[in-house]
Amino acid sequence: MSHVADTIRTRNAEAAGALIGYLPVGFPDLDTSVDAAVALLENGVDVLELGLPYSDPVMDGAMIQRATQTALSNGFRLRDGFEAVERIRSRVDAPVLVMTYWNPVVQYGVDRFAADLRNAGGAGLITPDLIPDEAADWMAASSANELDRVFLAAPSSSDARMRQAVEASRGFVYAVSTMGITGARADVDAAARGVVSRLREAGAENACVGLGISTPDQVADVLSYADGAIVGSRLVAALEEGGVAAVAEVAAALATGTRR
Amino acid sequence: MKLRDHVGPYFGGFGGRFVPESLIAALDELDAAYQAAKADPTFAAELDELHRTYTGRPSIITEAKRFGEHAGGARIILKREDLNHTGSHKINNVLGQALLAKRLGKTRIIAETGAGQHGVASATAAALFGLECVVYMGEVDTERQALNVARMKLLGAEVVPVTVGSRTLKDAINEALRDWVANVETTHYLLGTVAGPHPFPTMVRDFHSVIGIEAREQVLALTGRLPDAVVACVGGGSNAMGIFHAFLDDEGVRLVGNEAAGDGVDTPYHAATITKGRPGVLHGARSLMLQDEDGQTMESHSISAGLDYPGVGPEHAWLADIGRAEYRPVTDAQAMDALRLLSRTEGIIPAIETAHALHGALELGRELGPEAIILVSLSGRGDKDMETAARYFGLLDAAAGKDSA
Ligand SMILES: Cc1ncc(COP(=O)(O)O)c(C=O)c1O
Repeated sequence: MSHVADTIRTRNAEAAGALIGYLPVGFPDLDTSVDAAVALLENGVDVLELGLPYSDPVMDGAMIQRATQTALSNGFRLRDGFEAVERIRSRVDAPVLVMTYWNPVVQYGVDRFAADLRNAGGAGLITPDLIPDEAADWMAASSANELDRVFLAAPSSSDARMRQAVEASRGFVYAVSTMGITGARADVDAAARGVVSRLREAGAENACVGLGISTPDQVADVLSYADGAIVGSRLVAALEEGGVAAVAEVAAALATGTRR
Repeated sequence: MKLRDHVGPYFGGFGGRFVPESLIAALDELDAAYQAAKADPTFAAELDELHRTYTGRPSIITEAKRFGEHAGGARIILKREDLNHTGSHKINNVLGQALLAKRLGKTRIIAETGAGQHGVASATAAALFGLECVVYMGEVDTERQALNVARMKLLGAEVVPVTVGSRTLKDAINEALRDWVANVETTHYLLGTVAGPHPFPTMVRDFHSVIGIEAREQVLALTGRLPDAVVACVGGGSNAMGIFHAFLDDEGVRLVGNEAAGDGVDTPYHAATITKGRPGVLHGARSLMLQDEDGQTMESHSISAGLDYPGVGPEHAWLADIGRAEYRPVTDAQAMDALRLLSRTEGIIPAIETAHALHGALELGRELGPEAIILVSLSGRGDKDMETAARYFGLLDAAAGKDSA
């Protein structure tokens, strides 16, 4: 059974839905990123999305690019990602999904990556540049290791592709709120509602919305129709500006958006 | 199946579409429009007419006799893509894609550029067709190709210097992809080489295949036989695929691509993707690439902005894999010597990218001897590189030159 799906289900039963928080490993350094992730989960974030820094992050806006580039300049290695998962999981019992671009997984070895992620206590992967059409290796490795696999669905996705994303995903389907990249936005696109309803028609149990969400009101609004709200850049900005304490504070504020 | 009949998404184990889901609909739309255009004689007629009246096609061939004396006496035949409007082969692909963009009803094109040649060609097509144009260019490249930045601006394009990552071509592609995701409804991404997600590698190759189709006939007419070898420089690989394609099934014709070896392939400062790279995923396709153990893309280095790219098109990775084409590294110094040699023996100043192929031809001629016929893709002219060349050879300050000869 998927720990992620369970958590989302529980939060939809007891509150308006789940809050999913993103932070990259190694920013501003490995220890602080672990502390910040733990602080998220201790302050109302239900599922962690832990990003692995990558040299060519085409889905990311300026804020996350800057953070992950800092991590890379400071010498981030893939093995730090597994270490971070393990350290976070030893301190909090919440599901940790790893968000990674595809090439690092390929180079590490898809099977080896899956096995090491599972051994570290990770729940699965969110893969922004891997579509189900290209994911045969990952489908097999994630099934063998009982890991979740979160694929994306976009406003531009056809109905057939929505169905494909729903069928391929485990844990939840990532509903991209807008045609764009990560970064806080004043308005969370009206398109998000459409993506979620189309995902439901395609049979999705859990559809979580990401891209652009940065305030408690936006979290509340998204959770009125979706199962989870994913916040990234706002948390990274808090970490950059005010360290772990600021992350905890922003997470707690965002979590008020999950109240029913 | 003939090698020439291969099309994407896969070339052997290479190619595919490794991009965010948001872009898939646009890639499908583009693929469908391209297939429809290919089947439509009016599209081919329109493109031919543009090439005849605007690009200046067919481009001529020039036999480089004095240069050939330095190549073991081999007959060196230059396919003169440098004489195309805007000064390189890049216009072949740009006009094709710009026509497609119009068919798709897009009002805005975006492009990445390294040397600036693709950016200039894109800005040119945008001016011709009345499209808005934004060109992403690594900040490092805006400095070393300042003249081309000015050209693009004069043509009415907006040039956006990319200040993240290594601030070169690979980061310009990332930035263009980010723009495309956000503006895909109005915007066509006019990718400038045979890399990227399907259908780009196939489509860009097809638009450049005119180079090889013309050259094959021209060489036959001039010499009465096929060449022994066809040589081209390889950045992303578009001029090379363009000239190779017509010869893929001519078994006796060697296909040789020259990659930028920078300071040398045994130093960290090179861009020799096929010689030194491993399979991996970059910019939407599985191909060969320069990367570290963790799969982080490594920075490439070359004196030539247009070859300074840590990836290569998937069809080249496949041709290397099956042994149909061979890829050889050429250092900065070797390329610059060849650039000067062609200038002084033939009165043709090539682009620094192209000079890598010219060194390749010198090397091959010496191996094959005076009976050999070698066709070289003269992919571009050197005007844009005069500042780099002048500095390299010390021509701006006569007293301090490397050019004592
Ligand atoms: C004159 C010239 N030749 C070659 C290249 C390399 O590109 P490709 O390998 O796609 O032909 C460039 C790229 O800017 C160029 O300007």
